Amino acid sequence: MSITLTEAAAVRIKAFLDNRGSGVGLRLGIKTTGCSGMAYVIEFADEIDDADKVFEDKGVSVLVDPKSLIYLDGTELDYTKEGLNEGFKFNNPNVKDSCGCGESFTV
Amino acid sequence: MALLQISEPGQTAAPHQRKLAVGIDLGTTNSLVATVRSGTAETLPDTQGAHLLPSVVRYQKDALPQVGKIARQSAVTDPRNTISSVKRFMGRGLADICNGSAAIEYEFADGESAVPRIRTVAGDISPVEISAEILKTLKLRAEESLGDELTAAVITVPAYFDDAQRQSTKDAAHLAGLNVLRLLNEPTAAAVAYGLDKGSEGVHVVYDLGGGTFDISILRLNRGVFEVMSTAGNTALGGDDFDRAIAQWLLEQAGLDQAGLSAGQMRALLIESCRAKEALTDAETVEITLTDIEAGTQIWQGEFSREQLHVLIDPMIRQTLSACRRALRDADIESADIEDVVMVGGSTRTPRVRELIGDFFQCQPRVDIDPDKVVATGAAIQADILVGNKPDNEMLLLDVIPLSLGLETMGGLVEKVINRNTTIPSAKAQDFTTYKDGQTALAVHIVQGERELVSDCRSLARFELRGIPPMTAGAARIRVTFQVDADGLLSVTAREQISGVESTVQVKPSFGLTDNEIETMLRDSIDHAEGDVAARMLREQQVDADRILESVESAIAADGQLLASEEHARIEQAMASLRELRDHGDAQQVKQAVQALNEASTDFAARRMDAGIQSAMTGHKIDEF
Repeated sequence: MSITLTEAAAVRIKAFLDNRGSGVGLRLGIKTTGCSGMAYVIEFADEIDDADKVFEDKGVSVLVDPKSLIYLDGTELDYTKEGLNEGFKFNNPNVKDSCGCGESFTV
Repeated sequence: MALLQISEPGQTAAPHQRKLAVGIDLGTTNSLVATVRSGTAETLPDTQGAHLLPSVVRYQKDALPQVGKIARQSAVTDPRNTISSVKRFMGRGLADICNGSAAIEYEFADGESAVPRIRTVAGDISPVEISAEILKTLKLRAEESLGDELTAAVITVPAYFDDAQRQSTKDAAHLAGLNVLRLLNEPTAAAVAYGLDKGSEGVHVVYDLGGGTFDISILRLNRGVFEVMSTAGNTALGGDDFDRAIAQWLLEQAGLDQAGLSAGQMRALLIESCRAKEALTDAETVEITLTDIEAGTQIWQGEFSREQLHVLIDPMIRQTLSACRRALRDADIESADIEDVVMVGGSTRTPRVRELIGDFFQCQPRVDIDPDKVVATGAAIQADILVGNKPDNEMLLLDVIPLSLGLETMGGLVEKVINRNTTIPSAKAQDFTTYKDGQTALAVHIVQGERELVSDCRSLARFELRGIPPMTAGAARIRVTFQVDADGLLSVTAREQISGVESTVQVKPSFGLTDNEIETMLRDSIDHAEGDVAARMLREQQVDADRILESVESAIAADGQLLASEEHARIEQAMASLRELRDHGDAQQVKQAVQALNEASTDFAARRMDAGIQSAMTGHKIDEF
């Protein structure tokens, strides 16, 4: 089981957490909604749940609940720019198909 | 693949449901757009990496208008069609403008309309349309940066803007296709950017020295609400005047006469002056070389020091200080009462400005956020909260309803629809119904206050909803919606859900109320709290009593033959005791009497129902139903 961060993503997450002033790390997950079945959750985490699996990468704690981990295992989180737009991107090997915009996906 | 941002815990939106909100600083000289991404507020740059969009629009024949830097460059060559500082004209009539100096810069179209229109090659254009072009450019930039359509925006306006100027700004946003959540005062936005709204209550000063305008605002934070205590300023004083003073000095040093310079040469001189001023922010002295851009020869070379700069600009900074003094006097406070001084506007980068302001207010001015970006940043934070990207407990209270708004129900009771201290804008709906059989109209009486009885509250407006189809009491569904917009304007709409008939009224709840009156109304509600509740409960029971008395009476009149005489007497007795207690008993007694009558008449009601069904069915075949 693994979740990793690119250098760019780690730098950004640390900066955003610092700016927020509180939080124990970053929570990644999936929820079953959206036009193509599932959608990513990316949130600040204020506490670690007992069931959470915690991945430490490049100084950032990434929290994933066990149910989401099945769909996220092996994912690398990246931070990229596309033109003026910028944000986080999931490089998820489990994804078979995603909707046109990529906001939701199926495995 | 869409690019994602980090949300607050539990606030992740469903795909395609992300709420993108921006804050826009629509400035006289420059405009900016900012948003909150992954919890961080930041201004958005264009493709060249420039955050500031010059508020300049150039109209062309048979082509789309140019906006920003490219338009500003043509200001010299095409002055009549290149419009800058349009903010000065917003919400102003032609007469106001002609009294100012702007009239000489542009050609205004004659027309009977009060709205001034500037004559350009692309036709006559109103200030609202020009502002809309700037907003459209920022909207486009934001949508490219966020990868989706904008949900809403918060736009900032000077604290001294009047209703007409605010309305024009809203109109411009509407024209640009922006959904405006709220207009926010610029100084309030700056204070929000520094998080002063989360800090202690107190008095804050926002010192805003831009390119061409100067504003000072004194704000008081009171229970999360920023109240503008006073404003002062000078609409013709800014960093550009610093540049002109330096240019004048350079001309003297070089032994030149301004009259002998072409527009292009003067412009080059001003640009050099501005560069020198900015260089002195970090350096003690700066080398200046003046060259004749047309002949390509060197005119003058010399050194420009900080001391010399201070000699030139101190008189102008002192002018701003006298405005500060005036604002303090208007707000009736001492400079010692000030908690923070927030610096806004590019000209506050000049160290001398910071120094003199710090001395004047006896404190260290806040300069950590880029003074050009601070207003847009604050607007973005506000927009993010208003659009609902933050947990509810982080809701900022910026403007609230001072007194509850409600309406009169049967028996002179107040049903509060919007409670006091609700943040605006706000909308709430409540369903009401008819009280009597066949009732076709409903009178809506809107009241304001904290008391339980209408007679103790302030009446705001009355209107009637007519055309309700006749139905039995309680069958009609009338939805009354109270909506208070960001400017505190209340509109109340009553709509019968089945027939769709609708009626509406607009009022300004704060109209004519002073702070003292509001305070008195609040204090009364606390003083009378216990008595009010008792009065309310009694009144509710009385209304209930009237309702049951009336329906039993009409039932006896219609179907009295169904009653055995003994039963009839029992009901009459219960009615008599209820009538007696209704006028002289307390709420509890009335309630018991209502129950007694209810029990006494239950059998009768059941028999009426049976008889009613029987008579309806008599003479019909079963399959007709």
